[in-house]
Parts: sequence; structure tokens; C-alpha cells
Amino acid sequence: MISTLGAFMTKEVRHILRDRQTLTVLLLMPLIQVVLFGYALRSDVRDVRLAIVDPSPDYATLALRDRLQAARRFRIVATGRSMSDIEPLFRQGRADLAVSFEPQFAARLESREPARVLIAVDASDPNTGSTMQAYARAVITAYEQELGAKGAQPVRIAPEVRMRFNPTLESVNLFIPGLIALVLTLVSALMTAISLSREKERGTLEILLVSPLRPWQIIVGKVFPYLGLAFANVLTALVAAWLVFNVPFRGSVTLLLVESILYSMVSLAIGVLVASLTPSQRVAMLVALLATMLPSTLLSGMVFPLASMPKVLQVLSNIVPARWFIVIARGIMLKGVGLEHLWKETLVLIGMTLFFMMAAVRSFKARVA
Amino acid sequence: MRVLRALLRKEYLQIFRDKLLLRQMIMMPFIQLFLLSTAATFEVKTARVYVVDRDHTSMSRGLADRLTASGRFAVVGSSLSMLPANEAMLGRRTDMILNIPPGFERDVVRTRTGSIQLVFNAEDGALAGVTNSYAQQIIAAYARELGVTVTHRIDESPRIEMRTRGWYNQELDYKHYMIPGILVQLLTLVGTMMTAMNIVREREIGTLDQLNVTPISRSAFIGAKLIPLLSIAIFEFAAGLVVARWVFGVPMVGSIPLVFLAALVYLLVALGVGLWVSAIVHTQQQAMFVTFFLLLVYLLMSGLFTPVRSMPDWAQWMAELNPVKHFIVIMRSVLLKGATFTDILRPLGILAVSGAIVLTLSVRQYSKRAA
Amino acid sequence: MTAPLAAPADLAIVATDLTRRFGNFTAVDHITFDVKAGEVFGFLGANGAGKTTAIKMLIGLLEPTSGEAKVAGLDLRTQTEEIRRRIGYMSQKFSLYEDLTVLENIALYGGIYGLTDRQIRERAAVMLETLGLSDDLVGRLPLGWKQKLAFSVALLHEPAIVFLDEPTGGVDPITRRQFWEMIYAAAARGTTVFVTTHYMDEAEYCDRISIMVDGRIATIGTPLELKQQWKVPSIDELFVRLARPS
Repeated sequence: MISTLGAFMTKEVRHILRDRQTLTVLLLMPLIQVVLFGYALRSDVRDVRLAIVDPSPDYATLALRDRLQAARRFRIVATGRSMSDIEPLFRQGRADLAVSFEPQFAARLESREPARVLIAVDASDPNTGSTMQAYARAVITAYEQELGAKGAQPVRIAPEVRMRFNPTLESVNLFIPGLIALVLTLVSALMTAISLSREKERGTLEILLVSPLRPWQIIVGKVFPYLGLAFANVLTALVAAWLVFNVPFRGSVTLLLVESILYSMVSLAIGVLVASLTPSQRVAMLVALLATMLPSTLLSGMVFPLASMPKVLQVLSNIVPARWFIVIARGIMLKGVGLEHLWKETLVLIGMTLFFMMAAVRSFKARVA
Repeated sequence: MRVLRALLRKEYLQIFRDKLLLRQMIMMPFIQLFLLSTAATFEVKTARVYVVDRDHTSMSRGLADRLTASGRFAVVGSSLSMLPANEAMLGRRTDMILNIPPGFERDVVRTRTGSIQLVFNAEDGALAGVTNSYAQQIIAAYARELGVTVTHRIDESPRIEMRTRGWYNQELDYKHYMIPGILVQLLTLVGTMMTAMNIVREREIGTLDQLNVTPISRSAFIGAKLIPLLSIAIFEFAAGLVVARWVFGVPMVGSIPLVFLAALVYLLVALGVGLWVSAIVHTQQQAMFVTFFLLLVYLLMSGLFTPVRSMPDWAQWMAELNPVKHFIVIMRSVLLKGATFTDILRPLGILAVSGAIVLTLSVRQYSKRAA
Repeated sequence: MTAPLAAPADLAIVATDLTRRFGNFTAVDHITFDVKAGEVFGFLGANGAGKTTAIKMLIGLLEPTSGEAKVAGLDLRTQTEEIRRRIGYMSQKFSLYEDLTVLENIALYGGIYGLTDRQIRERAAVMLETLGLSDDLVGRLPLGWKQKLAFSVALLHEPAIVFLDEPTGGVDPITRRQFWEMIYAAAARGTTVFVTTHYMDEAEYCDRISIMVDGRIATIGTPLELKQQWKVPSIDELFVRLARPS
């Protein structure tokens, strides 16, 4: 029995090694993705193009303009006397933020009347908009406090801010665990589904079923090489993340690898299930995509925070295995926690593995065998 | 062009008879549209705060109250030491810790300066940054209030009153930003992947050889493949726009015909890429993979989810070569900002040139006779 | 091997030293032969002997590494498009669209070859009647009917030469017989039929045959000539003798 299985697994491995094109894609892609996305995907606001509207420049407005220019993030790209001067720039996408002073700004300040400033921001992207606006406010508030310091002493509350687990606020630290999940899902679920359904379509699966191999052995044999591939991918992704981005690794690497294998198994089981439930290779591909990749990227908290989603989707996300894995991966990598804080999530993954595997084997027996 | 007509009939018949394909082409985009637009948001809702108040004065309690009163923060627990607070953060039960040391009120009264500590769970750096910014604003406002209380004087310092206006997206609805991009993604998927799969399938089945033996010209063959897919993609795009407008309330400030023009030009590029992919792969499985990875890179680097302007310089350069990026810029400019033809001349021009190049290259690469 | 004659009007196909290499592997090795107009020519050989590669070169799907050929009097390398108008092809993998009906397939190929609507209608009607088919989805037809239909469609535009690549694979003997009757009928109308097969008994049905072994033409002639020349009772025997030289 064991040697039969062994022979079968060897054949499967050879099969994969021979398809050089797909193999290259599967090994290189995660690497390329980690590096590319790690560098490129971020939401930090860098260079804000500022347009100033100053109908009557005076020492206060000029001082503020200097402050804004001096702040590293801002870059004044245009000045004008009225909003209509600079509005076209926004439509053309050449300016991000406008600061508009009201006339007689300094005079109003001196007479202790509120001097008004309008901060208009391109809020197409509401998040970037809020952030840019917050930066502008900070500069202006600082100036206001400076002016006030000469007079009565207001109370100052100075908060000391600590950013835990990610002091540099690097987006990449957030992404990497999700990227690992994505890669694992792709290799494990998608590839397995396609490979199995291809054999089903070609008819070679029937031959296997007639052989002394039991259904579960066929599944294991088919699935094993992809497990190996997935593991290789996790390793390359982690090494890349660590070397290139200095993504922290505060927890136990072993635990992370074990959890990765666990997650792979869930995905593999789902892949097998999809293959046995679908009538053709094409359908298998589509269903696999829909049922695994889509939820893994959207509903898992990988890119978009779960807390921001409507309740319905938050509930739905509970059945997405990637969601649990991402919590685990982030916990281990960024917080350095161990099983004592992650036992619940691990249990969920184990449960899902068992469930999907049983469903897969049963469905396989019923429909194919 | 009777030949073209005969081929087109065959293509349309095949597409409409393929129930699976139809369902996929109609369902998937809309599922994605709905899912993506509701899930894809970075809006900060309420942040959970754990209060460690070691001062126990009206001032320290006032601070915590101000945070809650803003509606942006919710107190989920309190304690006298940092230990349970840290545990709560590790256990993901709180997003932020407000740590007020003993003597806070005394310091404010005596020295007009109070110090506190804010600890954020910064796994999601951007989220933490935004939350911090809100917290700071609230604290600054409280400080001003305290200033009046403590000094018993009307605040006579110079005041700058700031008003903010968000242009093009008054309600700050993230959907309005995402949906134009999602429609682009839809088009791209349908255009590129369908084209590649369609042609590769004919090759796999063997009917491609049959066609290559006939006297049909290369352009007739390719035209017959691209035109139906183009028409279906445009149709889906139109449906997507309708949904965007009437279901999600995405503003459509600019000229809709302009959007369709841009979509057409963009589709030429997308279809051209699909054509090129179909020439280099042998099986449908490979077609799917190559397109999928290509598209993943293109889409993610195009500013769909994260702004191009946040990317490092080299990535922004790469984005210039990315047709998806330009189409997304066009979509957002025209729909949200009401940009005119002259405003989007540059990205549109780039798309047109890319389309011409890609199509010419792929057509030329297509040979009936294998070398 | 017969030397190529220089009278293109009588010869439907003339191949001279036609060769095709894939890297180090020579699939077709300097084959030289000719096919007379109106004859039924059997291009025999074992699987992997190079038959399909050779036929793909002749119909313009594969570029020859070296050598020349004339098909329907036109040069293979320079006049490929014109050749395509004059030939018909039935591929080894199935060549009709399974998700279209019989009439839709006919309309497609008719349109491609430039037949008028009227011509298409008339010929379609004849075809349906001769084959005894109704306008079903091609995918629903049994294999034998599909093959016969594919052959008819290949003849739809009345080509000078029709190339058949293993047309009778997997069909029952009765259907095979009917198929060959269709081939004779086409030849009687003046169409040259170039058919490859690995069924050696079908060789007896051809006017002339050639046998390919390892990329080369081992022998060529009428079945009778060859049996006499090699002193074998059947082409089957001849093939066994040639394929395993010892």
C-alpha cells in the first residue's frame, strides 16, 4: 500500500516538474509579488501638491505659506488670487490641496477676530483627503499656538504617542501576512482544483480509480506535491520580506510555518472539493477563483480592514479561512505572540481542515469513484 | 466582408450558447462590484479605547469623556495599571490605550502643562495614523477648554478658524472613489482574460487549425474574435455604470460619452494583451494563470486600491506605462471631477498609442503557419 | 521513388525533398513524391512516422525546414493563400464546432470560402439529404455521423484537393465503408483525395499509396505493384516488413 502511494506521488511530482512554464510562474510569482507590492503598495501620503489662494498677502499669510512649504510633505505648485484660478488644476489632477486665506488675514488676527482659512482637498480618495487635510491643519494650528504663546498662556496637553507593533507605520508589515495567505491559497486551492479536474476530464482519473489505490490515497498523492510547493513559496516569501523589507519577526518561526502548512491543508481540501463538484476543467477554474481567491483577498482583512466593513460582510468573513490565518500570521510576525493568544484561531483552522477534508473525500467517493 | 459576417455569426452563436460563460461573464463582474464596493473601504469607524486612569480627577475623567463624546471612540475597559491594558491589546480587544499618569490635574493647574500617553495598535499603520490624528484634535480642543477654566479668562489669543471642504466627494464616501476603479477592473478582466481563453480554447480543441487552413485573412480572424468580446465588454461596462449611478449613487459629473470613448480605447489595449497572451500559451490553464498574474500586477500597481502618488518614484514611473492606471485616472477625473476632453488628453492619448502598438504587435505575431 | 514530373496540370501535388526538423529531431526527412489529379492517394505510416507533420506542411500549417512543393499547381512557400482556396481539410482532432448546428457549421464554412447564400442553401440541403441528417447540434451527433459530416463540409467549396488526416479513427466498420464510398464519389467527380491512415487495410482502397517510416518514404506505388514488388500478400504485411527492418 505504501509503495503504491509512493509510486503515485513520485509520478505526480514529476508531472509538475515537467510543466516548466507553470512551475516557474508558481515559484517566481510570489517572490515578485512580495517585492513589488511591498515597495509599491502603501497608503502613506508623500508629496502633497499645494495650491495657495491669497487675495491679500500679508506677513501672516506669508509666514503660513513658508511654514507649509517648509513642512516636508507639502510642495506649493501654484498661487492665485481666487479659487477659480486654481480649480482647473484639481480637475486635471495637478494639485491635491488648496489653502485659501480670507482677505485682511493678519488684520483680523490682530483685532482678535477669527481669521478664516479654507482648506479644500481633493477628496476623491477620502482617506488620502482626510490625511492631507489633517497635515495642513497641524501646520496651521502650530502657527496659531505660536502666536498665542506670546499672550495669555493656554493649557497645553502634550500626548506622547506610541505606535505598537509597527513603529514605522510601514504598510508592508501589514501586507506581508496577507500576501502569504494569498500565495498559499493560489497554489494550494487553485492548482489542486485545476490539476484534479484536468485528470477527471481526460479520463485518466478513472484509470486511477480502478487501480489498487484507494480514493483517499489518490487525493493525498495528488495533493502532496502542491503542499510542497506551497511550503517553498512561504519560505521564499518570508525570506524576501525579511531581507528586503526588514519585516519584523517577533514570534516563533516554527509556529508560523506550522500554521502555514495548516492553512495550506485547508486550501488544498477546498481545491479537491471544488474539483470533485465541478463538471469540467473550465468550471473548476472559475469556481476555484470565485470561492477561494476572491474571498481571500477581499473578505479576509488582507487589504481592507475588517472593522471598516459592514456587519454583514464581517459575519461572512468568518467562513473565510484566510481571515483566521491572517490574524495568526500578523500576531506571530508583528506582535510576537504564541499559541496562548492564538489558540482560538488555530482551532478554527484545524476544524475547517477536518471539515473540508471529510467533505472532499466523501464527495470524491460519491461522484467520481 | 461576407467572410467577417460568417465568422461573427459563429462567434456570437458560440458565446450565447455557452451558458456557463454567460453566467460567468454576467455574474462575476456584478458579484465583484457589489462585494468590492462594500468591502473595499478604509473608513475608520469607532476606535476602541482602553482607559488607564491613574489620576482619578475630574480633569482626567473629562478627557476620557471628550473622546467618547466625539462618537469616534468607545471605551471598552478601564484599569489602574497598564498590565491588563497591554493584555487587551495583545488579545485584540482594544485599538488604543489612553494612559493618564497620577498628578495630571495638579500639573495642569500648576504648570499649565499636562502629559498623557497614547498607545496605538499600529499593525495597520495608516489606520493608526488617522485615529491618532482624530485623538489629537479632540485633545487639543479639550486643552483649549481647560485653558479657559484654569486661567478664568476669556481666551484672547489669536484664533485661526479653519474650515475644510472635500471636493468631488462631499460625503467622503469611499465607494465613490472605488467604484470607477472597480469598473475598470471589470472591463480588464472580461477583455483580457476572455480573449485569451477563447482563442486558446479553439487551439486546444483543434478548430483553430481548421480555420488556419481556410483562406480567411489574419485580420478577419482576429477581428471576428475581438469584436464580439468588445461589444460584450462595453455592454457590461454600461450596465456597471447604471448600477454605479442608481444603486451606489456614484456621481457622474462629467460627460458620459467621453467615458465610453475612453472605455473603447482602453478595451483595444486590454483585448490586444489578451491576444498576445493567447499566442504564447498552449493550454487554457496556462492562459488563465498568465493572465491572472499579469492582471494582478497591473491592477494593483495602477492605483486601484492604493494611490499611485504614494508609491516610490520608480513605481510611479512604471505606472506611467500601465494602461490601467491611465484609464482609472480618466474614470475618476471625468466621473467625480467633471474633467473635460482637454483635461484628460494626456492619459487618453497614451491609451490610444498603447492600443495601437499592442494591437499591431499581437496581430503581426499571429501567423496561420507555424514557423 | 518516382522522380517528380514537370507537368503541373496532371499532378495535384508534387513534393521535392520536403524536410521538417524540430531542433535535433527530423520528423520529415527529404520526402519526394507526387500525386496525380483525381486519384485517391493513401499516405500510410505508423503513428509517429511523420505523416501528420508532412500533411501540415502541404496544407500550409507548418513551414518546411527545406524542400519544395507544389499543391494544385501553386508553389507552397509563396502562394499559400491561393492554395488555401483550392483545398479542403479534415483534421485528426475534430474540425466542426460542436456547439453549433449542422446548418450553422455549413453556413460558416460556406461563408468563409466565399459561397453565395444561395449556393450555401442548395448545397446544405443536398448534404443533409445525402447524409440523412437533421439540423441538430453537431455535438449531439454520434461519431460516425460527425466524421461523414466533416468530410462533406471539407468538400463544400468543391476544392481541387481534399486532405484527410486519419478520418476513420474510432468508427465502426460499416461507417468506414460508407466513408470510403464517399471518398470514391468525390474522386469520381475529379477531386484529388489525399488521405493519411494507419489502417493498412484501407490501403487497398487507394489508387496509389506511400508508406512512411521514420520520416522517410520507404516505398510508393499502387497496392498491386507493391505487393508484387515486395512479394507480400497484403499491405499490412508490407508495412510490418518495412517498419521493423531485420
